[in-house]
Amino acid sequence: MTRILRHRLVLPIAALVALVLVNTISRPSFVSITVRDGQLYGSVIDILRNSAPLMLVALGMTIVIATRGIDLSVGALMAVSGAVALTIIDGSGAPDSPATLAIAIAAGVAVTLVFGAWNGFLVAVLGIQPIIATLVLMLAGRGIALLITGGFITTVTSTPYKFMSQGYLLGLPFAFYVSVVAIVLVAVIQRRTALGVLTESVGINPEASRLAGVRSRGIVWGAYAASGLLAGFAGILYSSNIMAADANAAGQYIELDAILAVVLGGTSLMGGKFSIAGTVIGVFTIQTLKSTITFLGVPPAVSPLFMALVVVIVVLVQSQRVRGGTLRLWNALTARSTKDAEVAR
Amino acid sequence: MSLTTTRPLDGLRARVDRFTSRRASWIPVFAALGILIALLVAGQVYFGNFITPRVLSSLLLDNAYLLILAVGMTFVILTAGIDLSVGAVLAFTAILGARLLSEGFPVVVVIPVMLVGGSLIGLLIGVLIQFFDVQPFIASLAGMFAARGLAFLVSLSSIKVEDPVILWLQTKLFYIDGWFLSPTGIIAIGVVIAGALVLQFTRFGRTIYAIGGNEQSARLMGLPVVRTKLLAYVISGACAGLAGIVFTAYQGAGYPLNGVGTELDTIAAVVIGGTLLTGGSGFVLGSMIGVFVYGTIKTAISFLGAEQSWTRITIGALLLMFVVVQRVIVARSSRR
Repeated sequence: MTRILRHRLVLPIAALVALVLVNTISRPSFVSITVRDGQLYGSVIDILRNSAPLMLVALGMTIVIATRGIDLSVGALMAVSGAVALTIIDGSGAPDSPATLAIAIAAGVAVTLVFGAWNGFLVAVLGIQPIIATLVLMLAGRGIALLITGGFITTVTSTPYKFMSQGYLLGLPFAFYVSVVAIVLVAVIQRRTALGVLTESVGINPEASRLAGVRSRGIVWGAYAASGLLAGFAGILYSSNIMAADANAAGQYIELDAILAVVLGGTSLMGGKFSIAGTVIGVFTIQTLKSTITFLGVPPAVSPLFMALVVVIVVLVQSQRVRGGTLRLWNALTARSTKDAEVAR
Repeated sequence: MSLTTTRPLDGLRARVDRFTSRRASWIPVFAALGILIALLVAGQVYFGNFITPRVLSSLLLDNAYLLILAVGMTFVILTAGIDLSVGAVLAFTAILGARLLSEGFPVVVVIPVMLVGGSLIGLLIGVLIQFFDVQPFIASLAGMFAARGLAFLVSLSSIKVEDPVILWLQTKLFYIDGWFLSPTGIIAIGVVIAGALVLQFTRFGRTIYAIGGNEQSARLMGLPVVRTKLLAYVISGACAGLAGIVFTAYQGAGYPLNGVGTELDTIAAVVIGGTLLTGGSGFVLGSMIGVFVYGTIKTAISFLGAEQSWTRITIGALLLMFVVVQRVIVARSSRR
């Protein structure tokens, strides 16, 4: 029992379960799923669908954070990929043809992959602090996206493009499959090869792992490139959800949500050990929290206050001081109760 | 080194060498100053009417709030921290002040309340960092969310400010030969001077540099690390509160969505001004130059009539340039 309690995913899972319980008690309709035309509808399904962009971004962020870095540019990169893809679809004669779609998505994602590699170059080769290296694109990225769309919000009508975030496949939202594929791919690449362990070693001690023969430069570089790539796909999903490339609103604050999801999942910002399952749970927790806030009738504008509370609670739970204090308290309590038990006996 | 000093012909070179080795941390500031002058001259050549008292005066007028924020941010970054909350705290204090004023509170009460409000959020961030080992990035992120949420809690819509004292801060202009200066500009310059003096000549200021240089050493030397770091965040919060006052005067209203992204502009200005994000090296005067570089780019782009999105792109590019230059400087000095 204690071994289960000591597992590092216990707290994240407990938080998610508690949140779901609170929701279910306050509105029983939360867990109900209705089937209409062979498609599932309900709050839980909505959460699965709407969490897809955040899931992609958070997976990339997990790898970057594992290398002791951080990627602030993901939101801006989402805006860029959406802008590129929609501009191509808008300019083409056949917005519904699969070829246009493939070119648009490939172009959007390729651009963010290049930007991600650029971040990696700054961090891994030039040795610039990750926060500031990615801040450059965070500032410039939205400007670039605005230039691509010409300062307007490009809107398109393309049925297959719309399908990606709003369509259904075998009863479940298509976007959910996208995040499942991403989770599986990242998990297989990181955990079924040595890459994950190497990434952790770079995060724990870059210098020592370099001396041990780990090519830390390539690993760090790759982490940022992967983050850029995933942010690109997230941007495609986001723009397909609203069918518009809004350079200012796309992916706003998503970098913060993603960092929060990673931290909620038990991955330390100091780099090293990371947990993909933890990140997945963290993403669902944040998405459920957002849905809860909306349901409670809190104006969306005040929701940052709730996010602040969550951040503070999470970091306090992770803090050594609070943990040590609670542990001492717990020990004192259990010691007394065993003593009481002995006395009673 | 000894070789160059013995040759009289190389006297100037030796002086430059000596200066660059002893005052290495000033080099980025001079680089920023060079960029600022180059920008101004280029603007003058291109537009013909760029270096005029009117344009230069409005540079200070339009960026007074950013200047105040940058001074507070410099304190925090010098301790190797970061404060992402300043934009949101600015919005919160501004909307709080506007609400209190509209409900009839006198301005002598409202202004201290705004300053204290900002300081309290700064203190909260400092406590999280210092006592719970939370990373500055995350702690100030919580502060940012909290301040933004509080701002919306105070009011969801814009509140007009009609208080004559607040409006006087912006509208009263002192004219000297075509130059003009508003009380907000005077406040900003005063904050810069106070910040520079505190950092250079007080025990507290020197402790900030010591902590940024090496926190462990500073603690072993018996310096009051905890108190100083807390105070740095309180100063940043108080500066954000003051910037809220100045911004309210500038806009003539409070609005909860004010200052979105301002924290990034502030950090960019501080970095362009030559402050190292690793802490321990940088100057308030550099941050002031960084703010003016930012303001000049913004003015030039509005002169060009181009999209304001170019401002962000140019700032991003400049930031990149400075970070690379700083990186080279740090690499050189650590080799020495």
